[in-house]
Amino acid sequence: MPTMNVIQAVNDALRVAMRQDPDVVVLGEDVGRFGGVFRATQGLYDEFGADRVIDTPLAEGGIVGTAVGMALYGLRPVSEIQFADFIFPAFDQIVNEVAKYRYRSGGQYACPLVIRAPYGGGIRGGHYHSQSPEAHFIHTAGLKVVVPSNPHDAKGLLLASIRDPDPVIFFEPKRVYRAAKGEVPEGDYVEPLGKARVTRPGTQATVIAWGAMWHEADQAAREAAAEGLDCEVIDLRSLQPLDLDALVQSVSRTGRAIVVHEAPRTCGFGAELSALLQERCFLHLEAPVRRVTGFDTPFPYTLENEYLPRAPRILQAIREVVSY
Amino acid sequence: MRREHEVSPVARHPRLAEVDQPGFFLREFPLQTVLRDDGTADPAEVPLADADLVMLYRWMVLNRALDERMITLQRQGRIGFYIGSIGEEATIFGTAAGVETRDWIFPCYREHGAALLRGLPLVTYLCDLFGNARDVMKGRQMPCHEAWRPGRFASISSPIATQIPHAVGAAWAARLKGDDMVALAYFGDGATSAHDFHTGLNFAALRKIPVIFACRNNGWAISVPRERQTAAETLAQKALAYGMHGERVDGNDLLAVLNATRRARARAAAGEGPTLLECVTYRLEGHSTSDDPRAYRPADLVETWKRKDPLLRMRRFLLRRGALDEAADAKLRDEVREELQRALREAEAFPPKPPLETLFEDVYAEPLRQQREQLRELEAAVAADPRVGNPRHAGT
Ligand SMILES: Cc1ncc(C[n+]2csc(CCOP(=O)(O)OP(=O)(O)O)c2C)c(N)n1
Ligand SMILES: [Mg+2]
Repeated sequence: MPTMNVIQAVNDALRVAMRQDPDVVVLGEDVGRFGGVFRATQGLYDEFGADRVIDTPLAEGGIVGTAVGMALYGLRPVSEIQFADFIFPAFDQIVNEVAKYRYRSGGQYACPLVIRAPYGGGIRGGHYHSQSPEAHFIHTAGLKVVVPSNPHDAKGLLLASIRDPDPVIFFEPKRVYRAAKGEVPEGDYVEPLGKARVTRPGTQATVIAWGAMWHEADQAAREAAAEGLDCEVIDLRSLQPLDLDALVQSVSRTGRAIVVHEAPRTCGFGAELSALLQERCFLHLEAPVRRVTGFDTPFPYTLENEYLPRAPRILQAIREVVSY
Repeated sequence: MRREHEVSPVARHPRLAEVDQPGFFLREFPLQTVLRDDGTADPAEVPLADADLVMLYRWMVLNRALDERMITLQRQGRIGFYIGSIGEEATIFGTAAGVETRDWIFPCYREHGAALLRGLPLVTYLCDLFGNARDVMKGRQMPCHEAWRPGRFASISSPIATQIPHAVGAAWAARLKGDDMVALAYFGDGATSAHDFHTGLNFAALRKIPVIFACRNNGWAISVPRERQTAAETLAQKALAYGMHGERVDGNDLLAVLNATRRARARAAAGEGPTLLECVTYRLEGHSTSDDPRAYRPADLVETWKRKDPLLRMRRFLLRRGALDEAADAKLRDEVREELQRALREAEAFPPKPPLETLFEDVYAEPLRQQREQLRELEAAVAADPRVGNPRHAGT
């Protein structure tokens, strides 16, 4: 199996999907001749041509709005938003159009499209090149939200997303775009949406994370192990649909849960997970569900590593939860 | 009598049939130039006294030296990012010098030169780039996202074109208050595709709001050339559809830009409405320090534009005019270099990080309860483990 990083895996998934299905097109800013500012679409323009690898004007509402029309007419568009922070000019299209098209037409129409966007901090990007806006979209019924943490899942989940009957917001952890490497199967395969993965079995606490923060959670769990604290780590992978069974199963066993995310704490997805876990695992819980998250501020520049819920803060939470 | 619901035949402009002909709009919106290739200019078109012209030239030289130095600093890892204006100095200083100091500026991310002209101290600007303890933005924004209220220079955000309606609103407010204030909005050629461009121009034209829409057409939106941004021959012609005045000016010609801006300001102040000013210039470097333009841009194209370098053209003009000689030019460059060096030393001496509590300030006028709690939580985390905030100890 070839070794790839996340960006190569995304690129490979797009190529596989486009070879296999002539209805798949990609569109976005700089995605065509240049191959994207992160090189996610590199080589696609040469292989599939300008009709299927489309450089758009600088207008996210157009990148998503025209994708809606394409999807209605039978294409499988994959829109790239250059940074997740710039998804908001398309927010109206996503929330009011993409998410509701099937429902408001009584199921006559569907809007199967994928919106890919690099998200997250730790790259010295300040307010507008660092945000993790997943909660806005999970909160909008009608959208699926997927966040891979590694190359294998990036490819398999993207292929599944492109073929999914529903619209998928696909957030890519840009901090580990190149740093996270791993073996990726050649050719076609899918990782089903809605399935979490236990990446480290453990008995004393469950650490739940996704995307770039999975790497911090994993690091914290290793450090905890060195202190004799045995943590289970779950990579959520798909936030909507959510693999609630996997979470309930794990937390019922460990009795302690820590949710890690980069987004601000208030109304972050950790709040929802915390509520679900106390509803479903109440009698098993040995400690309150802990959230280790970004703070209720815009994403900062200089103090970004203080802001980010990195391994040392997660480790502190593990110690506290276990000794509660 | 015509009834309301009947569609009236469009009044056809006699020349409307020509609109489809290639070159029509290029002729209708001719590129206005003052500085000729031989370094001369029509004396009637020279808007300032020699000393002021030299002063603006010095600003362009300083801005160029600053950009070059900061790109080097970024490569050395001393600042995180940089986005400069190399090649676009005449557009920036021509527009900024063409309005009054009481006028507000709503910048994009390449107009730090306009802020410096408005009195932003160089040291302060450098502290902003470092995001250090002296950064006016308190280390919150990435480099080149400065704000400078004393100079009526608004705050920069990365999302493209968002500042355009802000400029309209500020100018509108000034008119409601009876103030003589014209807002100057900067944006690029790519921004003309964004919805905020449309919204801003439509609102402004409808209400004859005193705004100057300064479009820095530098030929590129990252890798997307101007020709693939819009099918329109010129950007200036977009003014027509909104019912406002538009002009196209040689953006590498400081005097042409200055004159056009002054005309636009006079029109706006007289209640005649906004102007869309397309300044045709060229981005000589990569989009930013994150970009390598060799992947998408033929080098010979850049060479052609280098010969039209706005600094060279202004220098040639000043030398020919006798406002500057070689010795004075060399001295000016030395001074600029020293000024930069001094400011850099001063800025780098400040502590690299703003205090922890600044993270939670200014989100609201007063921090909320949970923010105060989160500050305590972060302080405790830092106290318990010095690795918190230190990326070298992070996961991946
Ligand atoms: C809404 C939004 N979408 C995408 C981006 C990413 N981006 C940053 S600069 C840029 C190109 C801007 O081109 P232009 O308006 O011509 O300005 P220039 O950089 O050439 O001065 C893009 C696409 C952004 N900042 N904001
Ligand atoms: Mg441009």
